[in-house]
Amino acid sequence: MIDNFVIPLVKILIVLNATLVAVTYMVLLERKVIAWAQSRLGPMRVGPYGILQPVADAVKLMIKEDITPARADKWVFTAAPIITMVPALIVYAVIPFGPEVSLFGRQVTLYITDVNVGLLYIVSVASIGVYGLILAGYASNSKYPLLASLRASAQLISYEVAVTLTLVSVIMVAGSLSMVSIVRAQESQHVWFAFIQPVAFVIFFIGGLAETNRAPFDLPEAEQELTGGFHTEYSGMRFALFFLAEYANIIVVSSVATTLFFGGWLRPFPNVAALSFLDFIPSWTWFLIKSFVFLYIFIWVRATLPRYRYDQLMRLGWKVLIPLAIANLVVTGIVKVLLL
Amino acid sequence: MFDTNELVINMGPQHPSTHGVLRVVLRLDGETVVDADVVIGYLHRGIEKLSENRNWTQIILLTDRMDYVAAATNNVGYCETVEKLMSLEVPRRARYVRTILCELQRIASHCLWVGTHAMDIGAMTVFLYAFRERELILDLFEEFCGARLTYNSMRIGGLPLDIPPGWDKKVLEFCTIMAAKLDEYEELLTHNRIWLERTKGVGVISGAEALALGLSGPPLRGSGVARDVRKDEPYAAYDEMAFDVPIGASGDTYDRYLVRMEEFRQSLRIIRQATEGIPEGPIVGKVPRLIKPPAGETYHAIESPKGELGYFIVSDGKSTNPYRFRVRPPSFCNLQGLRRLVKGHLVADVVALIGSLDVVLGEVDR
Amino acid sequence: MADDPQKPPAPAAPAPPAAHAPKASAPVGPPDPPPPAGTAQPAFIAALQAAVPGSVSQVSYWVGDWTIIVPVARLLEVARHLRDAPDAAFDMCSDVTATDWPIRPERFDVVYCLYSTRHRQRIRVKARAGEHEPVPSMSGVWPAANWLEREVYDMFGVNITGHPDRRRILMPDDWQGFPQRKDYPLEGPGELLMESPLDWLKLRQAREEADIE
Repeated sequence: MIDNFVIPLVKILIVLNATLVAVTYMVLLERKVIAWAQSRLGPMRVGPYGILQPVADAVKLMIKEDITPARADKWVFTAAPIITMVPALIVYAVIPFGPEVSLFGRQVTLYITDVNVGLLYIVSVASIGVYGLILAGYASNSKYPLLASLRASAQLISYEVAVTLTLVSVIMVAGSLSMVSIVRAQESQHVWFAFIQPVAFVIFFIGGLAETNRAPFDLPEAEQELTGGFHTEYSGMRFALFFLAEYANIIVVSSVATTLFFGGWLRPFPNVAALSFLDFIPSWTWFLIKSFVFLYIFIWVRATLPRYRYDQLMRLGWKVLIPLAIANLVVTGIVKVLLL
Repeated sequence: MFDTNELVINMGPQHPSTHGVLRVVLRLDGETVVDADVVIGYLHRGIEKLSENRNWTQIILLTDRMDYVAAATNNVGYCETVEKLMSLEVPRRARYVRTILCELQRIASHCLWVGTHAMDIGAMTVFLYAFRERELILDLFEEFCGARLTYNSMRIGGLPLDIPPGWDKKVLEFCTIMAAKLDEYEELLTHNRIWLERTKGVGVISGAEALALGLSGPPLRGSGVARDVRKDEPYAAYDEMAFDVPIGASGDTYDRYLVRMEEFRQSLRIIRQATEGIPEGPIVGKVPRLIKPPAGETYHAIESPKGELGYFIVSDGKSTNPYRFRVRPPSFCNLQGLRRLVKGHLVADVVALIGSLDVVLGEVDR
Repeated sequence: MADDPQKPPAPAAPAPPAAHAPKASAPVGPPDPPPPAGTAQPAFIAALQAAVPGSVSQVSYWVGDWTIIVPVARLLEVARHLRDAPDAAFDMCSDVTATDWPIRPERFDVVYCLYSTRHRQRIRVKARAGEHEPVPSMSGVWPAANWLEREVYDMFGVNITGHPDRRRILMPDDWQGFPQRKDYPLEGPGELLMESPLDWLKLRQAREEADIE
């Protein structure tokens, strides 16, 4: 009873709350990091060093007037942000923050569940999030959002192919689709997969930038060109949901990258006894540190690079990344056959 | 009238990246621009008609507000035109200081240009860096004449005030800082793969066509035409300065970008020469108490950061106001070329091209 | 507004005549002094007079600028010659503007400032045009003149013919009156001041009634 209901429920509550808080604080993190890159300070007023800024943002968005355009499709208009946000959150069901630990005398796993097709689950659920963007543009009944959501849908679908191909090569190396098994495979093979699948990692990261509509692939929401993109007509809490969904997606991509390529919860060199003094740092902290590094890189890239134009973006996805991913897959297969 | 497959999009007067109140009505076929109708006049304040009711010195204030990004250049152009009409001699020291101020304005204007152009294309960090340097220039101006944006820093016959002591040392320090920062901007943009893809081959125009369309300044020089008023019809102290005029090769946005980046460096060169060689002497020439140019008309052009800034002034010899005051704004004539430049490009390029032409709506609409 | 050479532009909005009529002591026209003795005229002017007979009615020189005064009928030919002749080669049209001398019967001075990049020389071409006299457009010769002539039309109401896109550029499309004429008030059209949307409505209704009549 306790093991089947209470503990998973508690885990879900912790993970959900932690994710939502992390998402709102990621907004602050982004503003701060970009500000420091641009030789300015970022939010400093609300709370010491601007720490309470996300609270102010949340309150502001919640009390804003909720405007629905007159001829918008009301049900779809309301459903679109929900369809974008929910998949970003439910992906966390299979992401492993740590191995089994003993807490209060019980063996508790630091992940909500370990489906044996975990990676497939992640990819499928993430694809549903694309649907929300498209609906948002369509339901707004306005030219700019329509243009933007058409671009967004084409962009996301193209880059998903490349990303999924890289995931296949990871699966081939790890031998399983389950997220926990992939981390264990990295532990047993004594190497993080980023070092034996560097091409896959780079393609995954670039594809992740494109999947989350981040610079340099942020054309769907480029303010300078389309006045707000697919969320032009949204205000108040619905806009907040889009906004938060984007950051939730970024954290998801970072977490997945950490798990698949950088050893998840493992400390550096987990099998080297000489470094076992590092074991006092709990496993989930390693996971969080590594995810944080990826978050930082996402933000860093946004502050630095200009934006790709739409046709150049598509060309990159189809003519460069997908062939590279396929080539990587083929090479991985050949090497695996030769080594066995 | 319109094909049903075409979409008409309005990049309205309120738009994050039209650099002011500019309206472009785009006809799109998918993502490609078929036609663009540029609508201006949202910032028309009637400066030309107002000037007919102001006396010759009061107009200097009005000229500030046209190209508000590089206000001292407008002042210099106007004062030089009136001085030409009156056949007034400007002392050498005043001409040197005018040159320094004009070149500082060129750097300030190009800083704003590089920041906004890069930001439109997505590299938002360059905007903050460029404005940090622009602040240094605005500090120099504030020390000289008390204002940061609209300077009123020239008088007919010279300048109202001499430069404060130590100002020339600060200018030289600024030159050293700026040269290093320029390398920073270049590092972020010039060889960046994404920047190259966004700007190479975008908005190509040949030299002859650019000349016929009336483009001037970096858009014309980027297409290979060696035309610079500072070299062809020198004014202020430019005939005593050694500098080069960068010319582009292919006439696309990347070349216009490179031309302006090199103009930064040449401006620093001119500023150094002028500051190190400022002659002693009076700062204002022998100007009559009441300025009344003899009856006649003239046209005089200078090289503002945007292009050829011309003033056509008619004096009737009797009243204290000009009879006709006409400004030939470089941004107005450059903006005319936008329609020709955007045909066949994608929507994302329209923004890059507006930035590449470097228009200031205050000048376009007056 | 379709280009119609016969129909001149709409007249200025009625304004109280006393306040804005030009004063009797207002200047009649620009002085246009002839070149002083001993100043050599640029060679291309003589070549122009030879190539297009009757083109140059006056040559003027003032503070270093050469100006030629051309009758309106010869404007297009003069423009083409100046652009194409090798000793003139004026490939850049710097400015097209106008000055209003309301006392003179030919009230407008349409001014074309030209520049030659090859010879680094400037010339100003002036044409005197009456209020409704048709002035040919230079946009076929120099495309730069397109917007510049739109502004001349918008601000002065010069009847420019043959322009590909003759509509107002700085003022709203349905504005009545030509702001930079000397008899146009500085503060605006007075009773037609358009301070609220209702004023625009009244103007539109008044115009519709006028059309019905």
